[in-house]
Amino acid sequence: MSFYEVYNQYKNMDFEGYFSKLTENDIHRIINKDKISALEFLALLSPVAKGSLELMARKANVLTKQNFGKAMILYTPLYLGNYCVNQCAYCGFNVNNPIPRKKLALDEVELEAKAIADTGLRHILILTGESRKGTSVDYIEECVKVINKYATVSIEIYPLEQEEYERLIKAGVDGLTLYQEVYNEQIYDEIHIRGPKKDYLNRLNAPERACKAKMRNVNIGALLGLDDWEKEAFFTGLHGQYLQDKYADTEISVSLPRMRPHAGAFTPKVNVDDKSFVQIMLALRLFMPRAGITISTREEPEFRENVLPLGVTKMSAGTTTAVGGRTQKEDTVQFDTSDKRTVDEIKEMLLSKGYQPVFKDWQLL
Amino acid sequence: MSDIFRIGDKALNSRLFIGTGKFPRKPMIQEVIESSKSEVVTVALRRIDFDVKEENVLTYIPESCVLMPNTSGARNADEAVRIAKLARAAGCGNWIKIEVIADNKYLLPDNLETLKATEILVKEGFVVLPYMSPDLAMAKRMEDVGAAAVMPLGAPIGSNRGIKTKELVRILIDEIKVPIIVDAGIGKPSEAAEAMEMGCDAVLVNTAIATAANPVQMGRAFALAVEAGRQAYLAGTAVETQYANASSPLTGFLD
Repeated sequence: MSFYEVYNQYKNMDFEGYFSKLTENDIHRIINKDKISALEFLALLSPVAKGSLELMARKANVLTKQNFGKAMILYTPLYLGNYCVNQCAYCGFNVNNPIPRKKLALDEVELEAKAIADTGLRHILILTGESRKGTSVDYIEECVKVINKYATVSIEIYPLEQEEYERLIKAGVDGLTLYQEVYNEQIYDEIHIRGPKKDYLNRLNAPERACKAKMRNVNIGALLGLDDWEKEAFFTGLHGQYLQDKYADTEISVSLPRMRPHAGAFTPKVNVDDKSFVQIMLALRLFMPRAGITISTREEPEFRENVLPLGVTKMSAGTTTAVGGRTQKEDTVQFDTSDKRTVDEIKEMLLSKGYQPVFKDWQLL
Repeated sequence: MSDIFRIGDKALNSRLFIGTGKFPRKPMIQEVIESSKSEVVTVALRRIDFDVKEENVLTYIPESCVLMPNTSGARNADEAVRIAKLARAAGCGNWIKIEVIADNKYLLPDNLETLKATEILVKEGFVVLPYMSPDLAMAKRMEDVGAAAVMPLGAPIGSNRGIKTKELVRILIDEIKVPIIVDAGIGKPSEAAEAMEMGCDAVLVNTAIATAANPVQMGRAFALAVEAGRQAYLAGTAVETQYANASSPLTGFLD
C-alpha cells in the first residue's frame, strides 16, 4: 500500500459534478464538524465554499492558536549546489538553462551557516538540484555535520532511498521537504521532460520512505500553478493525511508554493489567485488541525502578514535562492523571491502582530 | 493556615505550574509568572536558545522559580533520557517532566516509554514528573520506580476541553501516594478549580493562559481558581445529594 493507491482511488472522480451538487448549507455543516472526511475536505475547496471563507478563517484561526499558539517557527534555505540532470519545464535549475553551475566547498558551507546563525536563525533547510554526482549523498552528509555546529538541518534534495534517509538522519538531519510538484500523473510526465525526476512513483513514495526512516518532520506540497489547484490541494491534503495516519511519530506539514518567475520561460497552466490560495490554506487547516503549514518568501510581504492568523506555523526569512547567496555573488538564483526583508525585519513584524518568532525548535541529541 | 506543597526537596506555596510555549512574546512569560505567582515553570529544552540572551526563554524566568525542563519532541524513552541529560548539563537543574509522544495526531503520551524513561532518570538522580494518560496500573509503576509525582492529562494537550478523564484521575487521587498534577486539557480557571476540589495536588496550565486575549490577567485568574479549589478541598466540600434535606424528615417519628 502506498499513497499511489489513494491517488488512483480519486484521480478519475468527477470533481466538477461533485462541486455542482454542493450547497452553502453543506459547507456550513462541514465547517462546524470536529472531524472532516476526505470528500468534505474537497467540498471546502469547491467554488461554493468561496462564499464561506470568513467562517472558515475564524475556525482556522482558533484551531491554529489552540495547536500552535502565538508562535511562528522561522527557518531559511541554504543552497548547497545547483548541478541538475533533470529537464523540468518550470525550473530555473533545468539542465538546459545556461546558468553558472557550482557547489559550495565545505569551508564555504560553514561560512554560509555562520552568516545565517549570526542573524539568529537556528534552523536551515539545505537544497540542491538533482545530481548524484554533483551533490552526492556523501557530500550532503558532510555538509550536514558542518551546519549542525550552527543550526538544525532539514533537506530539500532529490528523492533518496530509505537507507540513505536513515544515514542522513544519523548525521543530524531532522526534516525532509519534498514537493510532488504536481500530483496529476499525466501533467507530471509532460513537464518532467528528461532525467530521473521523470519517475513519478519514485518521487511520490519518497516522503513515505523518509517516514519509515524515522524522519522527525516531513513537509510535502504541490507547486501551485501546474494543474487545477482544487485537485492539487486535495491530493496534497490526502497525501498529508495518509502519512499522518500511518506514521504518527513523524510531524507532517504542508507548503503551498505558488509558481514564481525563474530563468527560462514557462507559463503556469493555472493562475492561483490570492483568494484561492487562502481557500487552500483554510481547507487544509480544517482538514488537518495538527499539520504544520509553511509559507515561504515566494509570497509578497503584505500577503504573508495577512495570512499569518489563518493557519501558518512556519515561515522562511532572510532568504536567497542562489548557491552561497549570503557570502558570494547571487548569479545562480533558482527563482526570484518576493519577500526580501531581513531576519530582523521579519522578527519585528511578527512581534508587532502578536507572534513570537521561534528561532530554535529542535535540540540535537 | 499553612498549606505547603512538597515535591522532591522543594517546598511550594503555589499549586499552579505553568508552561512557556505558545506565548505571543517571551518577556510576557515573566509577567505571567508574577501575576500567577507560579513557582514551577516548565520549558521545552528543544526551544531554549542558550546562545542569545534575548531569545533564551530562561532569561525571563526568575531564579526563585523551580525550572522544570520537559522532553517535548521525544518519541521514545531513549530520546527523553538524552534530552533530560542535555537539560541538566546545560544548567537547567535536576527536575524533569517526561513527555514522550509518538502520536502527532492527538499528542497522547506513550505510557510505556514514559515509564522506561522515568525509571532510568530516577536512578540518575533526577526529580522525575511523568506526563501520562491516567491509567492506574501505570501510575503505580511510575510511583514504584520513583516518580516524584504523576501528571495525568485531563484532555489532549491544547484542547481546552477540561477534565474529561475525571473518573480516572479520581482513582489516581485515591490510590497513588505521590502528588497528582493534572497536566493538559484545562481550558478555564473553573476547570482548574474543579481539579483542585477533587483533591489534585496541583495543575499545570499553558495553552489556556498563553493564548488568552490577556495572558497576564488569565494567569492571575488561574491562580485564584487554584487557590479557591484547594481551599474548598481542605474545607471539605459538602456532600452532593440527589434528594432535598427536608426540614420535616420522613423518619422524624422515630425520634
